[in-house]
Amino acid sequence: MADARDEFLSEAQEIVEGMGRDLLAVDEGLRMERIDHTLVNDIFRAVHTLKGLAGLFGANRMASLSHELEELLDHLRLGRVELTPSVLDLLFRSVAVYGRILQAEKEGSDRAIPEVDELVRDLHRGTGGPQPASPVGQYELDPSLLAVLTEYEEHRLRSNIAQGLRLYRLRVQFQLATIDQALDDLKTSAKPHGEIITYLPTGAGADADSIELDILMAAQIGLEELRVALGGRGVDIEEIARRAGAPAPAPSPPSSTGQLRALSVPPHTSPRPSIMPGPMGGGSAPSIPAGGSQSVPAMKTPTDLGTIRSVAQTVRVDIHKLDRLMNIVGELSIVRTTLARLVERLRAQHVERELAADVQRLQRTFERHLGAMQQGILEVRMVPLGQVFDKLARVVRQISRDADKLVNLVITGAETEVDKLIVEELSDPLMHMMRNAIDHGIETRGEREAVGKPAVGTIALNAFQKGNHVVIEIEDDGHGIDARGLLEAAERRGLIGADEARVISRPEILNLVFIPGLSTKVDISELSGRGVGMDVVKTNISKLGGVIDLQSEEGIGTKVTVTLPITLAIISALVVRLGARLFAIPLANVQEAVVLDPGMVRVIDGREVVTLRGSTLQLCRLARLFGLEGVDDGPNGWGAQVSFDDERPITTTMRQTRVRDYVVVTAVGSRRLGLVVTTLVGEQDVVIKALGPSLKAVRGFAGASELGDQRIALVIDAPSLIEEMAGGERIREGSRGVHG
Amino acid sequence: MVRILIVDDSPAIRAFARAALMAAPELGDDLEVVEAASGFDALRLLPRSSYDLVITDINMPDINGLELVRFVRQSAHLKRVALLIISTQSSERDKARAMALGADAFLRKPFTPELLRDAVSRSLDGRSSQVPGGSQL
Repeated sequence: MADARDEFLSEAQEIVEGMGRDLLAVDEGLRMERIDHTLVNDIFRAVHTLKGLAGLFGANRMASLSHELEELLDHLRLGRVELTPSVLDLLFRSVAVYGRILQAEKEGSDRAIPEVDELVRDLHRGTGGPQPASPVGQYELDPSLLAVLTEYEEHRLRSNIAQGLRLYRLRVQFQLATIDQALDDLKTSAKPHGEIITYLPTGAGADADSIELDILMAAQIGLEELRVALGGRGVDIEEIARRAGAPAPAPSPPSSTGQLRALSVPPHTSPRPSIMPGPMGGGSAPSIPAGGSQSVPAMKTPTDLGTIRSVAQTVRVDIHKLDRLMNIVGELSIVRTTLARLVERLRAQHVERELAADVQRLQRTFERHLGAMQQGILEVRMVPLGQVFDKLARVVRQISRDADKLVNLVITGAETEVDKLIVEELSDPLMHMMRNAIDHGIETRGEREAVGKPAVGTIALNAFQKGNHVVIEIEDDGHGIDARGLLEAAERRGLIGADEARVISRPEILNLVFIPGLSTKVDISELSGRGVGMDVVKTNISKLGGVIDLQSEEGIGTKVTVTLPITLAIISALVVRLGARLFAIPLANVQEAVVLDPGMVRVIDGREVVTLRGSTLQLCRLARLFGLEGVDDGPNGWGAQVSFDDERPITTTMRQTRVRDYVVVTAVGSRRLGLVVTTLVGEQDVVIKALGPSLKAVRGFAGASELGDQRIALVIDAPSLIEEMAGGERIREGSRGVHG
Repeated sequence: MVRILIVDDSPAIRAFARAALMAAPELGDDLEVVEAASGFDALRLLPRSSYDLVITDINMPDINGLELVRFVRQSAHLKRVALLIISTQSSERDKARAMALGADAFLRKPFTPELLRDAVSRSLDGRSSQVPGGSQL
């Protein structure tokens, strides 16, 4: 049952996330004084399922919370308790508490969680006495219909009638193969006009591949309008008449509905169907053909399997399984490279030409399929950022309430896809930045009005793909970072000298928020508006191979930009040579490579730069940085300072005269850095493997990779180099063992 | 050969029920358990194979369990299928309706594997004794 338990945990997680999304939608509706009953029922069903699951898998904390919640939600959906903002708060709290419980379940901990008991108590109080039910319509509904309605559906039916809506029977035929899509289309076009109460299979159908349904719908509009709205879908619509003698429906609440009703056609006079319908209601069941045309032969075994399989359209996969697959693809990539080399050697020998050609063809096919496989696995790993954004939306709601600030969160690009692993790791840093934006960025309502800003602050959360990267922006329209205060704090703490403080540029000042000493040691009130714990955020983003940029204008707002690779695992890299050693630079970070003209190098501010097509490019001599600079001095003149355990020189004789160096222009976000290397070797796909623990402390490398031929290259961590060279280098001088 | 269709929109509940049934010696080695994730899936699957038992939840989106029960009971070719309702539904009314519509047994969630196996046996027995020539276990 271990598998079933895993299934339980991930399903529960999904349900809770879905519940959070639904609550946000309900919250939004409530602000416009509109309650979407379908959503409330969805939430009820979510909790109902959680309760069932919790019981099966012995998750007692979840069971007791779900039990109380289900009670409350049942009252809500049946109209016995009114949905107020404070009730909604309880529901939002439950999403957070479910998260806690799931975490504990995953860790196998059964310690008591205080929040659970607290919430259960509050819920219990909240559901105390059910209020009187909404007035029930005077309608006599056909018993054969009532018999198949769940209590909830019956409640919805009655409440729609009480509001004066009209009832319609929609008879439709769907192809079984395409029913999901067809049903979604129908729901979408029906939604603006009313509510679908239930779907009843009539038992009749043109053939075994299609199904006939009677759909009971309550709508604000007249028959003709509904026909137009749902027209062209093969829907047969009939209005269900009120029983004779029943009182007129209560007037509908003042809304656009009234208008529409006034315009609608008078009650029609065509033959009126009784409320429920259909061949199955009567008992004579005339439209079920006696023969075998509709009733399907009972025994039909082997071919059925296809149909059964098609039912499950998605599978959940443990990410580690995908990692293992990806590792295999990695091993195969090495085989591919070796194979390519073998082909070259064969062709160079000019014997067995036919064999060489055969092997080459084989190698190309292999390469193509391997590429497709790699792409396929990568695609499976991709999930939309919306998964994290939903969580953020809940956090924003909660924090802005706690801080008593009005915040409007505007999300774009939630559909942007990123590697699952990256999404998981992003959640904490993003959450933290969101908290900063509200706590320290957005002003109070009074402050905002005093400076003529709208009372409601705006936080824009944008995501988009840019080449091989995904960019996430968090932009607030708060009061921005107080640069001078930040600089003073840094000086007081001795993180920056007085001389430096005089010449430091504004972007450099803003970068101070990422320095650990400043952002964690200063007490929060002093740092208000300057970002708290941003050093941790930056570290986490760097671990994912990303960079973080910060822009801020006092009085206008702050924008944090996070640029991340789309995926980890396999990357295309430019293999370069430094002296005799090979290094790989992720192609995603490479803009171009040019020959370095030594005469063009200038020194500005102690940094070497060249001008490339009109703009200044800072250079980084990797050989100097990595302590390999003695390369021209002879075989023993280099490599002593940094030791790479599994690295060895491939050639024993060093080139004595260097002809020309190359500059590889790397870029992350808007920042560029020119890496000076000896030679360009070529492009290659590499699998990044983590460096062993002994090398973890060496910075500037993302890992190591095999190039085939048992050659190994260290993978250069371009983002961190750019970060250090272009950004805080002056402040952090000496943090790396730079030899030269 | 016993063929069972489990209808529930929760994959974990389906997985749990499947595991419980597969481990039941009294159902024999020749047991086939098929899963449907919704009422519609069940409608798609039902005509294509002969099932001895349908186990269904009540509260599902679109087509609910009661509607499914009605459909099965009204379809001539599905007469001998036994119906077991599993639901957390606190409402006695829905349980009563399910039984009135012709369900053979009702099991409240949460349940243990043993309770499920008992309920399954009860439903199957009930059906085969009612319907002449019903399914042989």
